[in-house]
Amino acid sequence: MNNFCKLSAHELADPTAENKIKAADIASSVISRYDEVDSRVSGFVNFDKGAVTDRAARLDNLDESCRQGFSLPNVPVVLKDNICVKGELTTCASKILQGFKPPYDATVVSRLKSAGVLLLGKSNMDEFAFGSSCETSCYGPTKNPYDLERIPGGSSGGAAALIASDQAILALGSDTGGSIRQPAALCGVVGLKPTYGRVSRYGLIAFGSSLDQIGPITKDVRDCAMLLSVIAGYDKLDSTSADVPVPDYTKSLMGAVKGMRIGLPKEYFIQGLDKGVKAKIDEAISVYKGLGADIRQISLPHTEYAVSCYYIIGCSEASSNMARFDGMQYGYRYQEANKKYALIDMCMRTRGEAFGLEAKRRIILGTYSLSSGYYDAYYLKACKVRALIKADFDKAFNECDMILTPTTPTTAFKIGEKIEDPLAMYLSDIFTIPSNLAGIPAISLPCGYDERGLPIGMQLMARHFEEEKLLRAAYSYEQNAGWKKVKPVL
Amino acid sequence: MKYTTIIGLEIHLQISTRTKAFCSCENGFGKEPNTSVCPVCLGMPGSLPVLNRQYLYRAVKTALALNCEVARRMKFDRKNYFYPDLPKNYQISQYDMPLSQNGFLEIMTTGGIKKIGITRAHMEEDAGKLIHDEGGSSSFIDLNRAGTPLLEIVSEPDISSPDEAYTYLKTLKSVLEYLDVSDCNMEEGSLRCDANISLMPAGEKGLGTKVELKNMNSFKAIRQGLEYEQDRQAKILSSGGVIVQQTRLWNEKKKITELMRTKEEAHDYRYFPDPDLNDFIIERDTVLMLKKSLPEMPRAKMNRFVKEYNLSEYDACLLTSDRRMADFMEESVKLYPKPKVIANWLTGGVQAYLNEHNCRFSQIAINAGMFVDMIRLIDSKLISNNMAKDVLEEMISSGVPAKDIVKKKGFLQITDKTAIESIAADVLQSNPKVKEDYLSGKKNALGFLIGQIMKKSQGKADPVMAGQALKKLLEAGHEGV
Ligand SMILES: [Zn+2]
Repeated sequence: MNNFCKLSAHELADPTAENKIKAADIASSVISRYDEVDSRVSGFVNFDKGAVTDRAARLDNLDESCRQGFSLPNVPVVLKDNICVKGELTTCASKILQGFKPPYDATVVSRLKSAGVLLLGKSNMDEFAFGSSCETSCYGPTKNPYDLERIPGGSSGGAAALIASDQAILALGSDTGGSIRQPAALCGVVGLKPTYGRVSRYGLIAFGSSLDQIGPITKDVRDCAMLLSVIAGYDKLDSTSADVPVPDYTKSLMGAVKGMRIGLPKEYFIQGLDKGVKAKIDEAISVYKGLGADIRQISLPHTEYAVSCYYIIGCSEASSNMARFDGMQYGYRYQEANKKYALIDMCMRTRGEAFGLEAKRRIILGTYSLSSGYYDAYYLKACKVRALIKADFDKAFNECDMILTPTTPTTAFKIGEKIEDPLAMYLSDIFTIPSNLAGIPAISLPCGYDERGLPIGMQLMARHFEEEKLLRAAYSYEQNAGWKKVKPVL
Repeated sequence: MKYTTIIGLEIHLQISTRTKAFCSCENGFGKEPNTSVCPVCLGMPGSLPVLNRQYLYRAVKTALALNCEVARRMKFDRKNYFYPDLPKNYQISQYDMPLSQNGFLEIMTTGGIKKIGITRAHMEEDAGKLIHDEGGSSSFIDLNRAGTPLLEIVSEPDISSPDEAYTYLKTLKSVLEYLDVSDCNMEEGSLRCDANISLMPAGEKGLGTKVELKNMNSFKAIRQGLEYEQDRQAKILSSGGVIVQQTRLWNEKKKITELMRTKEEAHDYRYFPDPDLNDFIIERDTVLMLKKSLPEMPRAKMNRFVKEYNLSEYDACLLTSDRRMADFMEESVKLYPKPKVIANWLTGGVQAYLNEHNCRFSQIAINAGMFVDMIRLIDSKLISNNMAKDVLEEMISSGVPAKDIVKKKGFLQITDKTAIESIAADVLQSNPKVKEDYLSGKKNALGFLIGQIMKKSQGKADPVMAGQALKKLLEAGHEGV
């Protein structure tokens, strides 16, 4: 059987190709690849073979006139389990949303459907996107395809692992503090967090509403551009979405980086940065130098406060966003409540039993920092720090067009290694968090492997709505890097 | 010991809009439970709020009518608390950057016009409704009301008696009706009121310990609740007791207030800016446009009525307290340019009818043309003032024109001189004692004799002509002695 999953989206959906591949063939390719490897990777949750087959049949039965407008015909796409699909299980990898089938489609899902994709199902994640390792899922951890004893990164770890293991061609993740880029880096794939407001959040089950952004996880930069073109753009259902025109991102890939000023923030190249990672980033910098980019040192002085600032704002918003999960309307409900306090007992036991440890930790942290008497010292102060971090970037972008950093301080760590030490875990996102606080776009793309053969990611950041610039620079590197991509052995 | 009462009121007003505050569900009352709902107002995971512009505009209009400063920039906050009828377990409200602040409302009190300060008027969404199965152990949730647009109007503690509170509410309601932004229906929950009340020994400054009063479902209940609470607190203070800060509920059946919760049980709402809604800039042009669209407010209309129609303040106030009645007044004056006469009929006969039938002007079937025709019947002496009262009542309840009523009931006034003189002669004959009294100089005996004529004619005789006829006969008789 053909393994269509090995292709990229631009190969599969190539408009110049004479014989379009039938959705049914792609579906069976996906299913056989799933049977072959997913018991080891555990990237999927709620994978329904029958539903995939049915959807493929429906696509194949469409009139040719319907198919004309499709920009991603038959391309298999996996969605992180926090993106709502009408009538399909959407659980945020949490017991509290057991059995929940949203009555509506997220805006990105409607857009994907209009692009003619083949929806596969849901990918594993950290519960409610709380985590950096994909270990807090109620379905159990996903494994890194490059080393099954290691984490794939979090929280969109399932999506990154599925792309890396050729079980899907495109994926959508969500990124609150690096949840797309960090797993993309650790699984050797491309991940983009668009500008805040670039992609509608309608239908994304919120973690930290002012930080969350949906974005693509793909095999290469061109696929990333194609997928972004489909999902980006103003949505009247999301008040925070930006009414800014959407360029054709694939058209902007070509073009030189000659003369582009690339800033290296000195705060990102210090202690804790793994030697192997440092070496590969240095090589990438030389590639850009060779392409004629103007490399310069810059400073983002408030970087050291980003992680604490992020956890206060993110958890404060999360504590409020999580309040709706009370067993009242949907999801898991504790059934045998004490008669006298039936209501409060039901609600407390539901939340007590169905939220995982990390979710509880963040709800408590956020509740505390918003409570009267602590609000000024924590939440309000964090908002002020956030403004300083934004100002750091504004200033830096006067001196450079783009910022280059490692995506993560280390390559993938072992499953269980940091789970008992939340503070150490929180530091995995140290390089990705600042761009969420500032709302700017950032991309992670592979830049080689460490001595164990584990993927290393490089991050590029730009001004608001300058995704074109990021994609062009990333594409240019991808075409000129000179190292050979190694597929994981599964 | 005498006490000063200090009252502040919080009004939750449902703004009538086509759709709900943050989604496109229809905003209305009386639908099948849970039929006017969507992912947004159900608080479904992943759903997001979008502000309804009509809601914003109507809220701004209300704020302007209450003389408030409208913010240039406002934001929405989340008020976090768990309740089964609150689908997100937080309410979208406004905390430190509300829509508007620093307004006032003028009310008419026994001591003249009084300004009641409006602290703020802010926007927030409503919660759903719990329906408890009486006797059973189940409760049901209807989320049709969830996400309904509200305006919370908070007064300064400037109100000094339950009566004043009542007047404030009446005045506020009339302003709101002029604006046509809410139906102000307390039974349907579109106007709800909580009150804060505290007592201080007369002459002392500062504020006493306040008690919050909830669950009052009519203007009458608000007055009764405040009166009860005023007495309760005075009794405690007089006996040397201390008022405890608490929230109490008005029990409509027992006519008492009951403890709901004390200060210690109060919520920490953990307000913070709703990250799903951006800050809003309210364009000055929009505010100006809305200001221009405001109708003439009751107080301005009242002043104009006093000046243009030469009415008393009392009458003008009564006439303008109801927009429909005020409009009716103006329409009638156009058809019949004697404002005083029209005002008398409106504040007299019409108002009496409204009071007696406990209804509002908008609910009665009468138009200015019919009304003025009735007054013209009096002018042309076809009916008397007394008859007119009956005709008016009949006309209001049946909607039949005055002329037809008069015809049907044989109500026509007797204006035939000979006929009246003949009745007068009869009356004089059967009351020789009174006749003599009159002739001996007791001029007020005439009134009794006119009354007798009216009685004999079943009220149909023209009273002026009856007087004239009597005088003529009496004087003729006198001369004849
Ligand atoms: Zn709705």
